[in-house]
Amino acid sequence: MQKIINKEILEVQNLVKHFPIYTRGIFLKKQVGLIHAVDDISFSIKRGETFGLVGESGCGKTTTARSILYLDQPTSGKINFEGKEIITIFSSKNKEEKQKLRRKIQYVFQNPYASLDPRMTVADIITEPLTIHTSLPKKELYQKLYELLELVGLEPYHAERYPHEFSGGQRQRICIARALAVEPKLLIADEPVASLDVSVRAQILNLLKDLQQKFNTTYLYISHDLSTVRHLCNRVAVMYMGRIVELAETQELFDSPLHPYTKALLSSIPIPDPLAKKSRIILPGEVPSPINPPIGCRFETRCIYKKDQNCIKYPPKLVHIGKGHFVACEKTKKP
Amino acid sequence: MNKELLRIEGLKTYFDTWAGIVKAVDGVDIEVIEGETLGLVGESGSGKSVTALSIMRIVPSPGKIIEGKIIYKEENLLEKSEKALREIRGKEIAYIFQDPSTSLNPVLTIADQLLEVILAHQEISKKEALEKAIELLKLVEIPDPDVKIWNYPHQLSGGMKQRIAIARAIASQPNLLLADEPTTNLDVTIQAQILELMQNLRKRLGMAMILITHDMGVVADIADRITVLYAGRVCESADTKTIFYKAKHPYTQALLTAVPSLALRTDKLKVIPGNIPNLIEPPSGCRFHPRCEYAIEKCTEKIPELIEIEPGHKVACFRALEINLESPLGGAKNN
Repeated sequence: MQKIINKEILEVQNLVKHFPIYTRGIFLKKQVGLIHAVDDISFSIKRGETFGLVGESGCGKTTTARSILYLDQPTSGKINFEGKEIITIFSSKNKEEKQKLRRKIQYVFQNPYASLDPRMTVADIITEPLTIHTSLPKKELYQKLYELLELVGLEPYHAERYPHEFSGGQRQRICIARALAVEPKLLIADEPVASLDVSVRAQILNLLKDLQQKFNTTYLYISHDLSTVRHLCNRVAVMYMGRIVELAETQELFDSPLHPYTKALLSSIPIPDPLAKKSRIILPGEVPSPINPPIGCRFETRCIYKKDQNCIKYPPKLVHIGKGHFVACEKTKKP
Repeated sequence: MNKELLRIEGLKTYFDTWAGIVKAVDGVDIEVIEGETLGLVGESGSGKSVTALSIMRIVPSPGKIIEGKIIYKEENLLEKSEKALREIRGKEIAYIFQDPSTSLNPVLTIADQLLEVILAHQEISKKEALEKAIELLKLVEIPDPDVKIWNYPHQLSGGMKQRIAIARAIASQPNLLLADEPTTNLDVTIQAQILELMQNLRKRLGMAMILITHDMGVVADIADRITVLYAGRVCESADTKTIFYKAKHPYTQALLTAVPSLALRTDKLKVIPGNIPNLIEPPSGCRFHPRCEYAIEKCTEKIPELIEIEPGHKVACFRALEINLESPLGGAKNN
């Protein structure tokens, strides 16, 4: 069984990440604008749970994840991991501390075709994090390698092969084995099944679930696919244009979504049942440019509710409305 | 009413590569009735796209149509001359590609690309053609069509580009529209918009459509009938309701249960073991047998024929009538 301890392992506070845009010049570089990728988001993840981050492309899910690992340097904000402020650690010159942190937080990337070095054998790939982070003797190293291969459902003879000899699903298993090699406390899985076929997708989702029960790892699961999020996650945050618009327990979010964007998002997923009742909310227009986002509520340009001056002028705050359900919408009345 | 528009019989399209002959499509039978939407479902490598490309006879080299008949309006397209085919491509049968950013020419304006199609098939003046092009953009619900028509593809978003591609396809009011994963690259809220648009247009113009997709949710929504492909062969073909509630082929069944559903929350997904077969040396007999839980001796030796077990319901499985498959949606909603 999954064990969730009611204690935060990761706390993200007011995280902001803006990417500057420069004019193309030969000598002079002039900043002409900012892409507001992530704009003031806060959330926390409990030890042992699976936290989902959902949203459409360009909403800032991946930037958030990359900021946690300092792969993108956050513009401002605080990230606490196991009680320590990690942005200061990552930006300091203390190599040892940084390495310790990186061991505890591991990342599974979206595309297993791009995230494995084509010139390394599977054995090299999986043992690399172990040689960096531990000083195991060779014999134990290989013992661990075979344990990991078995864990993710690969055969011992796969160790000597190269990534190109594997299918997409098998490659993602290698990525998972590599991430789990150093026994991380937090695993960030960024769209781990998006590039896989449906029949293989189920295998990887089940594997992630089994491994969590075995090692009690905390997951940050990022996806645009709400059905896999529902399958895997305990709590979900919905993002739109760099902000969290709604955050709740999975069941609660899917049963009673409150934010108009969440409602539309849920209703636009095609249900594999020809007789299902369809009350689809089709949103007008498209996502505005993140360079000049709307000043007030980011969703104001496409919202189906009747908006007023408040929506246009002031960004709504993420408000707790009970039972761990947070919504950022002026029009959503408290129940 | 139910007049047949297109019938494919025993189509075989092979690709002669250095590694061996890839049997991408190996004996596919499909029929399309006037005005209906046929969903062509399968995973990557199942031969969906190659089937559609074969209909237009635009299979890229080294692909070759080896055998079979493609009968469109009682004429075999495979026996037609290249010149006669030009009259059919674009005018009678049109194609929408998966990725609008690569199917539109980046150095031509939208106007150029639409005029090209219109002037190729209709003898009207350039001015009339331009009016017609703007009319088409209105039809696909593009805001400010008289401004947008002078834009280049890179100035438009993915959803808008797909609308342009649709406008181009319906320019000469084709009888059959081949849509190859038209919404796969789009976000869910935009996907909902495009699917709605395509359905409306199809009804309005009275076209038939072959919708190629891997998403069971999409076909449940808009297809009248479904044909399921696996490794270059048809597994099952029936009307949408039958496929979802009374599927007889183990692969169809597996496709339905392997997808995490929003409607049913299960603890563990049912998994199809193994991977998609290699099409250079496909498994003997039934191509699904290595992954099928119902496989018997006979399945490994003989290739099952597509047999009509009920009017309009065809299955290619020796055990279709003995095994009892339960729909994940429950059998209660039958009829």
